[in-house]
Amino acid sequence: MTAHSILIWSVAAAEMMIVLAMACAAYRMLKGPRAQDRVLALDAFYVCGMILILTFGIETSDIFYFEAVLVIALVGFVATAALAKFLMRGEPIE
Amino acid sequence: MSVLTRRVLPYPLLSAFLLIMWLLLNQSLSAGHLILGSIIGVAGGLAISSLQIPSGQVRNLHLLVQFAFIVLYDIIRSNIAVTRIVLTPGRVAKSGFLYVKLDIRNEYALAILACVVTSTPGTVWVNFDSAKGELLLHVLDLVDEDEWTDLIKNRYERLLKEIFE
Amino acid sequence: MMEVSPTLPAWVAIVTSILVLLGAALTLIGTIGLVRLNNFYSRVHPPTLGTTLGIGCVLLASMLYFSVVKQRLVVHEVLIAIFVTITTPVTLMLLVSAALRRDWAIGDPSVPVPPGLPEEAERPEPLPESDQPTS
Repeated sequence: MTAHSILIWSVAAAEMMIVLAMACAAYRMLKGPRAQDRVLALDAFYVCGMILILTFGIETSDIFYFEAVLVIALVGFVATAALAKFLMRGEPIE
Repeated sequence: MSVLTRRVLPYPLLSAFLLIMWLLLNQSLSAGHLILGSIIGVAGGLAISSLQIPSGQVRNLHLLVQFAFIVLYDIIRSNIAVTRIVLTPGRVAKSGFLYVKLDIRNEYALAILACVVTSTPGTVWVNFDSAKGELLLHVLDLVDEDEWTDLIKNRYERLLKEIFE
Repeated sequence: MMEVSPTLPAWVAIVTSILVLLGAALTLIGTIGLVRLNNFYSRVHPPTLGTTLGIGCVLLASMLYFSVVKQRLVVHEVLIAIFVTITTPVTLMLLVSAALRRDWAIGDPSVPVPPGLPEEAERPEPLPESDQPTS
């Protein structure tokens, strides 16, 4: 087994693991039990998405996947912060 | 610092940070990007200055670097600890809330402490009561309360105090 | 399937493999913890595995791999690292204090008084069981 085939297989294995991780996050997102669990799972989910796209970038040797990761990071942060703010103010209190 | 530099660069660190971000984003050190990045840095500093954020001062840059390495080491260590908790079958972590009395009041030191505590797996910063100087943490593996208090007080707070106060 | 350029040195391939696998494994462990642990405040901790070392390892791997493949220094991954390091604590702190307020509002006795509310404030009566935390 050459070093190159090790790289090929470990990138594939890493992608598999991250997809599994996304599945775990999605499970928690669907199951809840409460809204804050779902938001937390969403946060973990988009971080997994970022890592998946980074490994895609390595797999295809395409440097422009980086931009997509940056956009997900920005949008994900704003989304989670907004949802957390909503949980703080939108429900039982007030 | 002369009056002019203070007027153009109210937050020199922030401006430098913006310039570095710009150069990183463009992967370039060409003259054009240096000029453009400098303009963005100065403009960003001026825009932030209208928010009138209290200016902080790093007194000991050497210690700040040392602090960064300590934090990196702790993050690696607590990654291993949390991995062990998650992967041990049948183990229910004894997690709980913990109060720690803090002495530091500098906003920047507190902000850095908050980021460090929260991004280290195993501890989350919940709230800081500035009137009582009491910090509320949530710890995943709360077996020995003194150990965690000691970590915050002696490992982080003492260094941050020397860096900022 | 991935195509690796034949000129890629063996040590780069090995180090990249190790870093990518380590990062992916830590992220997976983090989300397993998210599923396994039994209450919200415990569940906040494991995902930070992914946002610290998990993404850090993958970014390092990407930096190393592209620097060698493109034959120039590729460091813009640092930007993502800085961004994630700054934003994760902010979102987690916001989320925890929101959760604290919500738990307090439904009269959960196990949580401390949330920020911004006086200690003596009267706790509301617990709501009907529909919105109660199950764990």
